[in-house]
Amino acid sequence: MTFTLDEISILCVYSAMAVYAIAFIAYAIDLARRSVAATRAVDEAKVPVAVGASAVGSTEGAARPANRAGAAASVVYGRSPALRVGVAMTVVAWLLHLTADVLRGLAAGRVPWANMYEFALTGTLIITTVFLVVLLLVKQDLRFLGTFVTGLVLVLLGVATVNFYVSVVPLPPALQSVWLVIHVFVASSSVGFFALGFALSVVQLLQSRRESVAETAKAVKQNFLATLPDSITLENLAYRVNIIGFILWTFTLMAGAIWAEKAWGRYWGWDTKEVWTFIIWVIFAGYIHARATRGWRGSRSAWLAIIGFSAVLFNFTVVNLFFKGLHAYSGL
Amino acid sequence: MSPQSDPGAPSRPADHIDSVEGAPDAASDNSVSQPKLGFIGWIRFAWRQLTSMRTALLLLLLLAIAAVPGSLVPQRSSDPNGVVQYFTDNPALAPVLDGFQMFDVYTSAWFSAIYLLLFVSLIGCVIPRTKHHLEALRARPPRTPVRLSRLAGYTERPLPVSAGAVSTGSTSSGADAAIDAAAKQLRQAGYRVERFDARDEASVSAERGYLRETGNLVFHTALLGVLVAVGIGGGFGFAGQRVIVEGQSFVNTLAAYDSFNPGRFFDDTSLKPYRISLEELDAVYETRNQDAIGQAIDFTAHVTVQGQGEQATEETVKVNEPLYTHGTDVYLLGNGYAPTITVRDADGEVVFTDSVPFLPQDANLTSIGVVKVPDGLEEQVGMVGFFYPTQSELASGAYTSSYPDLIFPVLTLNVYQGDLGIDGGEPTSVYTLDPSSMEQLTGGSTGVDSIELKPGETAELPNGLGSVSFDNADPDAAEGDLSQSVPRFASFDIHHDPSQLWVLVFAILILAGLLVSLFVPRRRMWVKAATRPDGRVVLEYAALARGEDPGLEAAVTAFADRHAAGLSAAEPPHDRDSSST
Repeated sequence: MTFTLDEISILCVYSAMAVYAIAFIAYAIDLARRSVAATRAVDEAKVPVAVGASAVGSTEGAARPANRAGAAASVVYGRSPALRVGVAMTVVAWLLHLTADVLRGLAAGRVPWANMYEFALTGTLIITTVFLVVLLLVKQDLRFLGTFVTGLVLVLLGVATVNFYVSVVPLPPALQSVWLVIHVFVASSSVGFFALGFALSVVQLLQSRRESVAETAKAVKQNFLATLPDSITLENLAYRVNIIGFILWTFTLMAGAIWAEKAWGRYWGWDTKEVWTFIIWVIFAGYIHARATRGWRGSRSAWLAIIGFSAVLFNFTVVNLFFKGLHAYSGL
Repeated sequence: MSPQSDPGAPSRPADHIDSVEGAPDAASDNSVSQPKLGFIGWIRFAWRQLTSMRTALLLLLLLAIAAVPGSLVPQRSSDPNGVVQYFTDNPALAPVLDGFQMFDVYTSAWFSAIYLLLFVSLIGCVIPRTKHHLEALRARPPRTPVRLSRLAGYTERPLPVSAGAVSTGSTSSGADAAIDAAAKQLRQAGYRVERFDARDEASVSAERGYLRETGNLVFHTALLGVLVAVGIGGGFGFAGQRVIVEGQSFVNTLAAYDSFNPGRFFDDTSLKPYRISLEELDAVYETRNQDAIGQAIDFTAHVTVQGQGEQATEETVKVNEPLYTHGTDVYLLGNGYAPTITVRDADGEVVFTDSVPFLPQDANLTSIGVVKVPDGLEEQVGMVGFFYPTQSELASGAYTSSYPDLIFPVLTLNVYQGDLGIDGGEPTSVYTLDPSSMEQLTGGSTGVDSIELKPGETAELPNGLGSVSFDNADPDAAEGDLSQSVPRFASFDIHHDPSQLWVLVFAILILAGLLVSLFVPRRRMWVKAATRPDGRVVLEYAALARGEDPGLEAAVTAFADRHAAGLSAAEPPHDRDSSST
């Protein structure tokens, strides 16, 4: 029995999903262990835990002035086997995912992002890629975001294979352009960054709530958040990730306009997808302004980042599938 | 903004995170005592509110929300047929929505108000900042702060021993040399530097990243540029549509367009009268991939273009590859079949003959067209035709097309007689027939079968009106080869947008400005040779971020290391080990 490239690609997608699921479980176990460690740290509050070799958040905690001692301070969280398994499995899943994507492209004889299924396949690959690259480059330990990243990728891949799958078909004339390669790829990349920014902003909000509670209360029930970086660090990281996403999004919008001029005879026509691309751009422009506005930095700007990524997901799913417009390339 | 604020810092609205909190400007407006404001005072107050960060942010969010309805309701600009359909489907709701300009959201008063306010706010912010930035570009770095240890990334390195040893209690030559070296290194790293020697302590003050503010200003100004360019382009340009059947041609004059949308300031004498002839439209459909049989692969319109007094040139127009000619852009936006239909009266005299464009209804090009014969027959005759390039029959008995190319072309005609409704002079669409004052003679509920024709066939019209023929465009083809039997048409959009290039230029400036303003760190750095109470001379390093600068502390450490290493290298090697603190 022989398989076509596309069939092998799908087998790789399923394998990747299985491995992502294992990684997700490992990350979840790690979060649970963090809660245990945090609670234990409260119990042994008087004994400083000085193990921390590559301790999560310990650098931040140590660098901070001691005025916020006690409940709000970071808890040193040592080595975590579950976390290591999680990252290792993510890398394995990423390799399978990459293979699936490349094979799909070879099967189609073009870039693998020309319909809804392929956008999802490539977009999720980029989300994982951005996550792994950020793990390598950022000095803070952000592996705790693995639960979110693998969870999101798993859900999106599941939806894509079950609901969006279409077999390989040739490109319609409107998509036969070098801008397909550029515009769609850059759009998917910015989604990868916005996704990570979203996760950081959510954790930032949780963390900032914990910190404000801790400042007023004497005893706080500790959870995994105690082992994570403080809300300011999270906010700064979210900002750095989101501005990269914003620049890529700006480019997406412009490349799309150039392509629209070639294919549809006008560079901007308020097509539904153009409208939502514009809305998302304005939301993130608002986010960047909010961060520079007194009274808006912190939680309020985090909410804008969250709304922005929600609009990105809305644009990808609801607008693609249910709104009438010229971007009718879902293949469904 | 306030006179007391740091002259080197970028000017910002009072509620910007980088502006000094409680600066006099901000305080006077928000103070509890509420001093009486005169007219000018109120204007100033309103202006300051409009140009504040908070207002800009609010307007941005408002703009995002205001753009949403345009994606929920069809827009006249992008989907005029959708709007008509919406009125039919929601007769009660549609007029109400129309009252709120919901079908023209992006040209509506309320949407325009938001973006115009936003741009006024932008101008009010950018102008003073530009003025301020131009001054800052000429200013020298500020005096070195007295206590560097309170600043970001503070670190110190010992002055190499041999240099410190010659200290005479006043400014030592070794310290001077070290600061000179620091100044040189900072200058090489792109800093603007200034030496300050206060209280016998040599120091250098340096600043870099002026490009950050430049990029920020370029970004915002280019946004304005896009708005202006789009406005000008819309005013002086035009967009027209024209359907051309194979073998026919079109001359670029106002009357020749099927539809024409000029800008407000467009002058139709500026149309250059060149001719486009459609020689052939090639359509390629998928034949091998079982999952995509009949999917369009390629459309190519082969045209000849001829200007006044010019040689005709052969060109092609494709989807994604428009033709730029004579100052206009020609786009291939649609195509279909234009069956050649001839109508003769009862005596066999031709009263109508034309290739009639039929509008495609589905991917396999089942198409609908209308033939109107106003003169020459006893009564006016209209025909609604269905064309199937490859006819096949559904289980219900209805016809459909199963493939978009010409394999088994069939034309069916429902004939109407009566008043076509075109004598009153009112414009009517050539693609629709108004049957309200006509009598249907074939098809539908008449009990008479529709006229059904293959290329080259002729049928009698009912009531002895005459005959109708479906002409074969390629009668000499081999038996059974009908691939060229029906001419195709191409629908072209012809545009002229004088400012398109400017929009692109400003867009590139937006992107460049954004990159620079978000990634170039604006920072100050100081190096001071401080004398400790015990007479020891120590090199102090510190920096200050002007805006987002996540790499600040690392930059100070890296510079201190490099500087100290440079000094040690210049010294005899014996003191190298002593330089660790």
